[in-house]
Amino acid sequence: MKVTLWGTRGSLASPGAETARYGGNTSCVEVRGDAGTILVVDAGSGIRRLGRAVPRDIHRLDILLTHLHMDHIQGLGFFAPLYWDDVEVHIWGPASVTLGLRERLQRYLSPPLFPVRLRDLDCRLTLHEVTRDEVEIGEFHVRASFICHPGPTVGYRIADSRAAVAYMSDHEPALAWGNGPGSPEWTSGYDVAEGVDLLIHDAQYTADEYAERIGWGHSAIDDTVTFALHTGARRLVPYHHDPSHDDEQLDRMTAHAREAAASSCEVLPGCEGATVTI
Amino acid sequence: MGQQGIEVILLRQLASYLSMPIFIVDPTGTLLYYNEPAEALLGQRFEETGAMAQDEWATSFRPISGDGTPVPEDQLPLVRALADRHPAHTSFWIEGLDGVRRHLSVTAFPIDSQSGRLLGAVALFWEAAP
Repeated sequence: MKVTLWGTRGSLASPGAETARYGGNTSCVEVRGDAGTILVVDAGSGIRRLGRAVPRDIHRLDILLTHLHMDHIQGLGFFAPLYWDDVEVHIWGPASVTLGLRERLQRYLSPPLFPVRLRDLDCRLTLHEVTRDEVEIGEFHVRASFICHPGPTVGYRIADSRAAVAYMSDHEPALAWGNGPGSPEWTSGYDVAEGVDLLIHDAQYTADEYAERIGWGHSAIDDTVTFALHTGARRLVPYHHDPSHDDEQLDRMTAHAREAAASSCEVLPGCEGATVTI
Repeated sequence: MGQQGIEVILLRQLASYLSMPIFIVDPTGTLLYYNEPAEALLGQRFEETGAMAQDEWATSFRPISGDGTPVPEDQLPLVRALADRHPAHTSFWIEGLDGVRRHLSVTAFPIDSQSGRLLGAVALFWEAAP
């Protein structure tokens, strides 16, 4: 499978010369299988460019939303395939305790926030509420599991017959740690990330920044590395970069992560446009 | 054992920061965790007992009513909360694993996930007047 990062930024799109290498678009990752299945994970502003890379003759697309914070859905209305009437689009995401996925999405995809309503999209749209599901989509086996972040939020584990990738864009496992990660049974997200070939994980803060933002739902880069090592991930992409971090800062954080991970886990820079084949 | 649900993981973390004695069980009644204040009541550290099946913990602490008769397992608040999926409250005496008798008030409630799945139950203990 090929995994492409179309948006790596967290919280707010941050375009500019100072973020050109790591990118300014918000969360969106494409997982494309050998048989042509395309999974779009999160629909931040990066999804707009992905729309131009989708083959026009595709019959089905699946969009997996981790949660419905704005930086993860703001690109939906700009994703071209949603306006193709010959395409079947499936959107997967968590409901809340009181609102279904459709009602939650309609809060954004309706005036005054957006001129086009969910029901007016041209594609053949199906919504799926995710709980702790395991489903088969094309050649992929997809598992969702709720993880530590404010509001209903899932991480996804996507596997084919040869490899697995875990996507946990917004995740603060350290909130449920004592003095470091405990047993797998008590580690948020362990079942999603265990032994994956590629872990794409929240690394929004430095350790100093995290100390001022505990409970906000995001991770310090040090905790991200600890989580990767604890779960046995082979490769790690630090992700969901803070809008205030420029390329030089992210270079330093990536280097720090590489040093911390040593030879146990390969750390790849979370740059927009990068493709990893696993 | 597989990973617990995030709701249970966060409950355990919360319990570890509170001064109220707290028990957490899974849907089968297996005791998953009790915090330090509960350790003081029960007379043994969780690290020493580890997870315990319901029939094991329900008898280990020897709950007895005011007239000295054993409290049936199915009348314990945690067991009722799991069975009825409704809060339950009662008072009884226990003899902790340290051999000391204590009078406890117990309130238990089920843990329902946002999707409506039963994840277990929580019990809060107060040491009542003797």
